[in-house]
Amino acid sequence: MFRQAKWNEPLVFQMGREGRRGFLLPPLEEEITRAVGEFSLAEKVRRNSPPEIPSLSEVEVVRHFTRLSQMAYGVDVGPVPLGSCTMKYNPKVALRYAFHEKLSFLHPLVDDELVQGLLEALYHLERWLAVITGMDACTLHPAAGSQGELTGALLIRKYHELRGDAQRTEIIVPDSAHGTNPATGTMAGFKVIEIPTAEDGNVDVEAIKSVLGPRTAGIMATVPSTLGLFDEKALEVAELVHGAGGLVYHDGANLNGILGKARPGDIGADIVHLNLHKTFSSPHGGGGPGAGPVCVKDIEVRDGIRLSQLLPGYRVVKEGNSYRLEGPGPYSIGYLRAWFGNVSPLLWAYTYIASMGPRGLREAGEIAVLNTNYFASLIKSRSEKYTIPFGEGRFRKHEVVVSAQRLQEETGVNAEDLAKGLLDAGFYAPTIYFPLIVKEALMVEFTESETKENIDAFAERLIELEGMAMQDPKLLKDMPRNTARARVDNAKANHPRTVTPSWRVKVLRERGKLTTL
Amino acid sequence: MAHPWIPNSADDVKREMMKLIGISKIEELYADIPENVRFPAEKWDALPIGQGRMLSEQELKRHMDSLFARIAELKAPPFMGGGVLPRYVPEAVKSVITRGELMTAYTPYQAEISQGLLQVLFEYQSLMAELLEMELVNSSMYDGSSALAEAFLMAMRVTGRKRFLVPETMNPLYRKVVDTYLSPHGASVQEVKVDRETGQLNLEDLQAKARSDVAAIYMEYPHYTGIIDEGAQDAGEIAHRAGALYVMGVEPVSLSILKPPGALGADIAVAEGQSLGLGLNFGGPYLGVFAVRWDRELVKQMPGRIVGLTSSIDGEEAFTLVLQTREQHIRRAKATSNITTNEALMAIAASAYVLLLGRSGLEELAKHCWYKSHYAARKLSQFARSPLLSGEFIYEFVVRLPRNAREVRRELLKRGILAGIPLEGHAWFSGNDLLLAVTEVHSKDDIELLASSMMEVM
Repeated sequence: MFRQAKWNEPLVFQMGREGRRGFLLPPLEEEITRAVGEFSLAEKVRRNSPPEIPSLSEVEVVRHFTRLSQMAYGVDVGPVPLGSCTMKYNPKVALRYAFHEKLSFLHPLVDDELVQGLLEALYHLERWLAVITGMDACTLHPAAGSQGELTGALLIRKYHELRGDAQRTEIIVPDSAHGTNPATGTMAGFKVIEIPTAEDGNVDVEAIKSVLGPRTAGIMATVPSTLGLFDEKALEVAELVHGAGGLVYHDGANLNGILGKARPGDIGADIVHLNLHKTFSSPHGGGGPGAGPVCVKDIEVRDGIRLSQLLPGYRVVKEGNSYRLEGPGPYSIGYLRAWFGNVSPLLWAYTYIASMGPRGLREAGEIAVLNTNYFASLIKSRSEKYTIPFGEGRFRKHEVVVSAQRLQEETGVNAEDLAKGLLDAGFYAPTIYFPLIVKEALMVEFTESETKENIDAFAERLIELEGMAMQDPKLLKDMPRNTARARVDNAKANHPRTVTPSWRVKVLRERGKLTTL
Repeated sequence: MAHPWIPNSADDVKREMMKLIGISKIEELYADIPENVRFPAEKWDALPIGQGRMLSEQELKRHMDSLFARIAELKAPPFMGGGVLPRYVPEAVKSVITRGELMTAYTPYQAEISQGLLQVLFEYQSLMAELLEMELVNSSMYDGSSALAEAFLMAMRVTGRKRFLVPETMNPLYRKVVDTYLSPHGASVQEVKVDRETGQLNLEDLQAKARSDVAAIYMEYPHYTGIIDEGAQDAGEIAHRAGALYVMGVEPVSLSILKPPGALGADIAVAEGQSLGLGLNFGGPYLGVFAVRWDRELVKQMPGRIVGLTSSIDGEEAFTLVLQTREQHIRRAKATSNITTNEALMAIAASAYVLLLGRSGLEELAKHCWYKSHYAARKLSQFARSPLLSGEFIYEFVVRLPRNAREVRRELLKRGILAGIPLEGHAWFSGNDLLLAVTEVHSKDDIELLASSMMEVM
């Protein structure tokens, strides 16, 4: 039976003793202090009271983090079937290079000739991503998928601006899209036009036709979709949008579902972003860092200006046998962050792709899809209440969305309860309540990393929970019990009188020195 | 044979799974991809990806080691900053962040099974809050520059205004990032004069430009030039009188000795957290620190994930993600930002670093860097105007060399020394001006090597 570690590990602010130290600095040479004289700062900029930071020895710090890590759950612990997150295994060999000692002192403005080996790797990574996506040019600059999305939206904006087509202010986003798509549209100054999904799981082509026009800047399409379906109309939609003068942007978060089988560039995409921390195995790090390269078709914008010239950030250029970095030119959208990009995840992805080669990548995609459909078959053949809405009879790709709507209506047990029931059996839960168009959604993505045994056990557990819900719904409302904590109080967590986002807030409130938020 | 990272690629397993699905070939699962766009396997396998084939771990290592062998070693750590700092990364920090439970976890959506990760992030937020003397810090942005850009977008939402005032010497790359983020919104950025003698913001010029349409005034503290601006508090007062937000860009370690933004009137503080024991990493991953003071409107408009303390239904202390109604997965087109993935692992590293040093260690480190940068400035004064600016400084300083800074830098590079960032073309700096960074990673010998080598090429 699963039991998560449960340490009663205090907050660091309640630990340590004055005078302890976890790390020694090299001594400051006496000659330096003598030459410079007494340290002093003007009163206007001098700190009056020291920050409340505890004093701990190295052993206390390491134990603290080790104990806390034992109350965390990653792919190294067990299945993390979060839909649309592509939580695949992060091969250990990559760690050696992604956090290589030599990187520590590599300043981002170091001269090209000192880092030829690194630039060569980054150059090839860019080329490989272009080949994998069927595009012409990529930038490795964006720090994450959502920054890649913003890059894509700003590219669309700049494209129309350069063409003197400033009235194109609308961006089309399907209702099944990740929340980042509409949020990105807004950040890039567009009006977001949401369109529905048809019953077959494809985007509603008639709805798209009805909103296309002279104000259309483009579409943000997710292929395969968050329903785990390949949009059979993708090419038709792309042609429609192109016909109306818009650009087609693909959210590549779900690339694992078509890896080795279809390429965004062949299904009408002008721009696509990738999440290297999804499809290309760099670890999620409990939230980040990621890397969100953006690839484009090198279409002409106007008068010989190509779309690749609009890409942001530094790009690696090869000249003869040497490599150099080139900053953005006059038509570029500029920089989305200072310096090159998130080099550690980029190197992780490089090692992954280099290890896999084309065949390995294709096999990864195939087995990911096999795993999804195997799981869907288990649910369909064994469950009485769970349904798989949209695209009846169609095979899924990277993920499948299971609905617990019937179970919820009959027993009151909802998707969240089921998630907690999965935790209690030692699984991480799927993404829940997304996509919004599926009621009581459980969005499951095993990736190619999961074993058949674990998929069997996970499905078994879902069926077991279904049975428990039918017998006694209260059982699920009380879960989880085997995790470090029982269910958390979200109302208290968010109430303006009790919300506590830092130790400082806790202390000030206890002293009566904090207003209600 | 099955691939080590793909357990179900074993033939027997595949067959069993296909049988349940009711297919005989995996290809059938892709039947919905139209033939004209489906990529044939043989053609795919021949694409120029990697070395065209799978590599064993040994082959991969040989390849990777040969690439890393072509990264040159320097005689001393780089004397280069410009928004990041060369900093020693303690082994304990590396050990903490490579714990698989943390490194391979997702954002802690499921609180009950992620308490350790949530606590670590809560502690990061709390430690930053103490350094900044601000109540609310999110669990990270991509880096310092995008954190600043998001702060400006936030100031537009809070004030309904679209004009920004920034120091003319501000980090030029940060300025470019801000321009990109603001470009769709019809906002404008105006430069405020910086005193050429002291390197501090010209408060009269700031006052004159701080009209009622200003969304935010931005102060770098320390400045890009390393100068610690003694007018930081006055600038904040000018901002508030104009009804604008006061945004400060800070360096976390120096806040152990410098008056923190919370005490100087900052509404929003941002920082590049790289200096908290992260490597230079050729540009990333870094850590965007983002903080606001305790104010309903500011909190509501803040971007990024936030971890909060609450209790479990059993009454035990527990952590969870809070105030999520600001975020994209709930608010979609009306979200405060599209940010999703952040730099959590780097936040964990920063937290471990701060805890290893502790209060006294951070203060010692800041003073150590103050001493060494002053020592270096003094050494270079034998043949250059060093420091060029008279204001107090830490980590970085500008020197005016007797000859072109780019040329000097090139010649030092031939001697294995990476000496600073030439400032030609930035603000009012001349071709002979060089921005140098000196921290705890530079020994006295390193500094003397820099000085003597420079002297030789003069």
